Amino acid sequence: MLKKIAVGTLEFVGRYTIDMVKAIGLMGEFVGDTMKWLSRKPLRMGAAVDQMVEVGANSFPVVFFTAMFTGMVLALQSHTGFKRFGAESMVGTVVGLSMTRELGPVLTALVVTGRAGSAMTAQLGTMRVTEQIDALYTLAANPIKYLVVPRVIAGTLMLPVLTVMADFVGILGGFVVAVMLLGANPVLYMEKTFEFMEYNDMFSGLLKSMVFGFIISVVGCYQGFYTEGGAEGVGTATTKSVVMGFMLIFLANYILTALLFSNGGGGAKF
Amino acid sequence: MIFCENLYKAFGDNHVLQGVDLHIKRGESMVIIGGSGTGKSVLIKHIIGLLSPDAGRVTVDGQVVGDLHEDELNEMRKKFGMLFQGAALFDSLTVGGNVGFALKEHTDLAQSKIDERVKECLEMVGMKDVERLMPAELSGGMKKRVGLARAIAMNPQIILFDEPTTGLDPVMADVINDLIIKTTRALKVTSVTITHDMVSANRIADRIAMLYQGKIVAIGTPDEVMFNQTNPAVREFVEIGRIIRQTEAVQGRHIGAQ
Ligand SMILES: Nc1ncnc2c1ncn2[C@@H]1O[C@H](COP(=O)(O)OP(=O)(O)OP(=O)(O)O)[C@@H](O)[C@H]1O
Ligand SMILES: [Mg+2]
Repeated sequence: MLKKIAVGTLEFVGRYTIDMVKAIGLMGEFVGDTMKWLSRKPLRMGAAVDQMVEVGANSFPVVFFTAMFTGMVLALQSHTGFKRFGAESMVGTVVGLSMTRELGPVLTALVVTGRAGSAMTAQLGTMRVTEQIDALYTLAANPIKYLVVPRVIAGTLMLPVLTVMADFVGILGGFVVAVMLLGANPVLYMEKTFEFMEYNDMFSGLLKSMVFGFIISVVGCYQGFYTEGGAEGVGTATTKSVVMGFMLIFLANYILTALLFSNGGGGAKF
Repeated sequence: MIFCENLYKAFGDNHVLQGVDLHIKRGESMVIIGGSGTGKSVLIKHIIGLLSPDAGRVTVDGQVVGDLHEDELNEMRKKFGMLFQGAALFDSLTVGGNVGFALKEHTDLAQSKIDERVKECLEMVGMKDVERLMPAELSGGMKKRVGLARAIAMNPQIILFDEPTTGLDPVMADVINDLIIKTTRALKVTSVTITHDMVSANRIADRIAMLYQGKIVAIGTPDEVMFNQTNPAVREFVEIGRIIRQTEAVQGRHIGAQ
């Protein structure tokens, strides 16, 4: 009995590991192919611009909403905490730094994964199961070049744009709550927001968001590209794409933060 | 010019091709018949290199498809036109964009010339003024015909048709049969057509091959396949074809000779 469970578990772990390694290999190949086509001229910039518009339009309202309320709740929370030791004047600083360094990039990335990343998976997945990707091959057109590269360019470039907007909207949300509800002085609040902010905060936030944008679009395309099993498969692939996107974003976020922010922005200590 | 030698292909435990040998000659119209799910579509996807065999090989004009590099494979594919069973039109492009896709990507033709060619190809499949429509606005049979127009747009030397007349009314099916006959006979195009439609098979085939349980079990001229078979699976499958041929013989008509 015990032996059976042990063997069964081992077998499961073994098969799972093999599948995992295979998936990583396939993904590596996919990223390699994408990089190869990214470096080949001519890039299809027209298609990339179309995709940027789509990513932006898909995600803008939700990013706006998310950033707004996050900034607002940050102001409320930090005010409650800071009042205990008389540091209410620092609310603006906390909101500003949290938004630019961490919450702006990460929340935007999560929202875009849910909106645009999943849309990429659904589009490419549908094209896969209806043989449109095969049709591209038969027309001597490489689907990585035609479908994946424009989306990856769009994701990588659009995410910083959306992140800047999220930073701004979040700070604005915090400002509104602090001034209207908590009675902060508007001028002082704004001063405090930017007093301790360094270029590096903004810059590294944007660098992070570019990496996130790359991850989101590559994962979104990868899951779509290898979709199997008809319309149902497209649904499964979309879910997988979001889950995988989230996990990789959190992982990359930690690594990048450790690299970019430790020792006041210079060093690389984990 | 196309050789399939001892092809094996399995998807998991589903052994689809189990030693397919098939030689398609230059300029002939080869029709492949066989029951649903026997692997006809899988077979033609091997010819154009969309699937690679577990064992065996496909040769096109002396080149082994599996050995080609990406660029060579693309050059080889430019000789082909392919109609997919489900048409596989790009839903993000208009009908005109679909038909003109390869012209736009692989030639230096001006847009006006491309438009002309697109119009011509659409007329050949009996369609007019549909360039601006999106694939989602078309019926199944219309999609099929647009897929056909896309397949012939580049004047390919080899055309692969996966069930070109399925889902078409008999009149339109005849238009498509004529188109296939015309392109193969007049332009010396090699064609490989998958069909369940015995009327169509009768009209367009120079030779017919039947795929059954992973192998080609019968191959020859329509008469040979329909009359000289001992294999009961083949006899049953071509029953309707035999009746059509006998009727036509009685009426003194020759197949495809108009
Ligand atoms: N990409 C694939 N992955 C897994 N199985 C596949 C794949 N393509 C085809 N098959 C399986 O191979 C078998 C043959 O499929 P195929 O589409 O070639 O049949 P067919 O002869 O064209 O049938 P029909 O006349 O219905 O079109 C089927 O059992 C199908 O499920
Ligand atoms: Mg088929």
